Amino acid sequence: MRRLTWFNVTSLTLGFAFLYLPMLILIVYSFNESKLVTVWAGFSTKWYGELLRDQAFIDAAKVTLQVAVVSSTVATVLGTMAALVLVRAGRFYGRTLFSGMIYAPLVMPEVITGLSLLLLFIGIGLDRGTITIILAHTTFSMAFVAVVVSSRLVTFDRSLEEAALDLGCSPFDAFRLVTLPIIAPAVISGWLLAFTLSLDDLVIASFTAGPSSTTLPIKIWSSIRLGVSPEINALSTIMIGIVAVGVIAASLITKRASLRQQAYERAAAAQT
Amino acid sequence: MGQTVFEPWNDPEAKPLIQFKNVTKRFGDFTAIDNQTFDIYEREFFALLGPSGCGKTTMMRMLAGFEKPTEGTILLGGQDIAPIPPNKRAVNMMFQSYALFPHLTVWDNIAFGLRRDGKSKEEIAARVEEMLKLTRLTQFARRKPHQISGGQRQRVALARSLAKAPKLLLLDEPMGALDAKLRTATQFELMDIQEKTGTTFVIVTHDQEEAMTVASRVAVMDNGRIIQADTPARIYENPNSVYVADFIGEVTIITGRAYKSGAGYEIHYAEGTAPFYAESETGFGDGETCHLALRPEKVAISAERPEARRNAVQGEIIDIAYLGNLSTYHVKLPTGQMIKAQTANTRRLSRRDFTWEDRVWLSWSDTAAVLLRE
Repeated sequence: MRRLTWFNVTSLTLGFAFLYLPMLILIVYSFNESKLVTVWAGFSTKWYGELLRDQAFIDAAKVTLQVAVVSSTVATVLGTMAALVLVRAGRFYGRTLFSGMIYAPLVMPEVITGLSLLLLFIGIGLDRGTITIILAHTTFSMAFVAVVVSSRLVTFDRSLEEAALDLGCSPFDAFRLVTLPIIAPAVISGWLLAFTLSLDDLVIASFTAGPSSTTLPIKIWSSIRLGVSPEINALSTIMIGIVAVGVIAASLITKRASLRQQAYERAAAAQT
Repeated sequence: MGQTVFEPWNDPEAKPLIQFKNVTKRFGDFTAIDNQTFDIYEREFFALLGPSGCGKTTMMRMLAGFEKPTEGTILLGGQDIAPIPPNKRAVNMMFQSYALFPHLTVWDNIAFGLRRDGKSKEEIAARVEEMLKLTRLTQFARRKPHQISGGQRQRVALARSLAKAPKLLLLDEPMGALDAKLRTATQFELMDIQEKTGTTFVIVTHDQEEAMTVASRVAVMDNGRIIQADTPARIYENPNSVYVADFIGEVTIITGRAYKSGAGYEIHYAEGTAPFYAESETGFGDGETCHLALRPEKVAISAERPEARRNAVQGEIIDIAYLGNLSTYHVKLPTGQMIKAQTANTRRLSRRDFTWEDRVWLSWSDTAAVLLRE
């Protein structure tokens, strides 16, 4: 390993400070005794307690979790199916168009996605509420799942599926018993990605949320306008924690799977 | 009374296990298999041999059910298999990449096909143990595919495809990933297992030595056609075309015109030279173009002109390929033709009789060469 020079240490510190100082301040102040956000008055966890007694926040948390779990699960199923078709179906008329369209939501401004979904829901007369947020989140996060899963499928050896068919599996069984277990790490990290995206989202949720269904980001945003409270700091800290765990888990799963894959290929190369 | 020779293809009573009837397979404009009709018999070890892209893998994938013939029918035990999907066929395949399931142990890999058949636990266990024993893998049963060597993986793939006791086993370049030594050992192992299980094997390979070693019959393919399907000995000694002669082993091809003379033909190959003489199964008209195929090991090399042989020419040694046990001499005739002659190195190299630029005599018997029309 290379030794760290003073220059490297400085740039590393500056870079990470730039990235994480704001969050660090937020986390530190969530443990502040004082009601005033900018004045430090000693360590306390009372705002976390306050938060748990605040019914509005609890409700928002429930909606957020519900939306995140359902939308990421549906998005994973749809995204995996889309990836299978795009990677497997070979060349069909309009394939490039379809794969381009799958990636489009990744780069589409959220405001536009949100607005167009809002217009759609109004158009078909769907009352805004938890359902509409779930639909909206499914829409944009399935694109992410499709990208993650299809990048795994590209390197998947088709002869494994043929072998399963050859040994008596129906095509569905071949997928269930062979393909899915092998691509599972990609599917799981796709799910975690979709989950954290849904948890984070403010813009699309605020377009599609109804009066009875407020998600946590919307709740935080609206309370901020009345002034920053330590309660919000505590809530944000919890959300940072959840998102961090999700992202780290997703990357660890992917990393472990790719390491195992590499080890397998190395072993194959060395021993043949 | 001698042993009964295994030659069902010469027995008009024998019923073929597989029949290809006018089978054609096209991918778009490309014809992979061109109107082929042939039979494979039970207990045969049938090799499809040819360069890459000759259609041998397509042939195998049609048997496995991954491709359907565009025209014609394939019968397995008298039944048309076109409408039967791969998972319902009594045919199993060993894949070139082995296609072992990386998330399952060796044991579970072998049991995979048996479980799909809904057999009882005891039956499955007994069969898996039997397969492990047959392929000498018992001690590796609990390992995952990435924890065993390439040769062991190859045996797992074989055990897995044999576990369901298929009527027909397809092997797609089964030894492609093994090194030369292991390959030879595995070839004999494969023949042994084929004999023990009595399964019909169809092997796809581009390695002619492998095909010659393991197969009861070899089909040499080119451009979607089987050029010749026969026993290894017949393929080598009696090739039916220049393509087959050239594909299998080393050969010198001399083109000339045939003139009937006695029991054989005189082959005039260049102006002002004495013709070669060869006996032939195939008939030629006077003056018809023919190709004389001459195997290097049938050509003798000597310093003096041998008295007894009609076919003798003098030339100059241009190249010597030293293979350890054998040496191949490339000898150039005054007319420009090159003839390869091979000798066994029964003496140490330092005592070799001939060297570069030596003028030597090449000779061969009347029956050594094969006359080919095309």
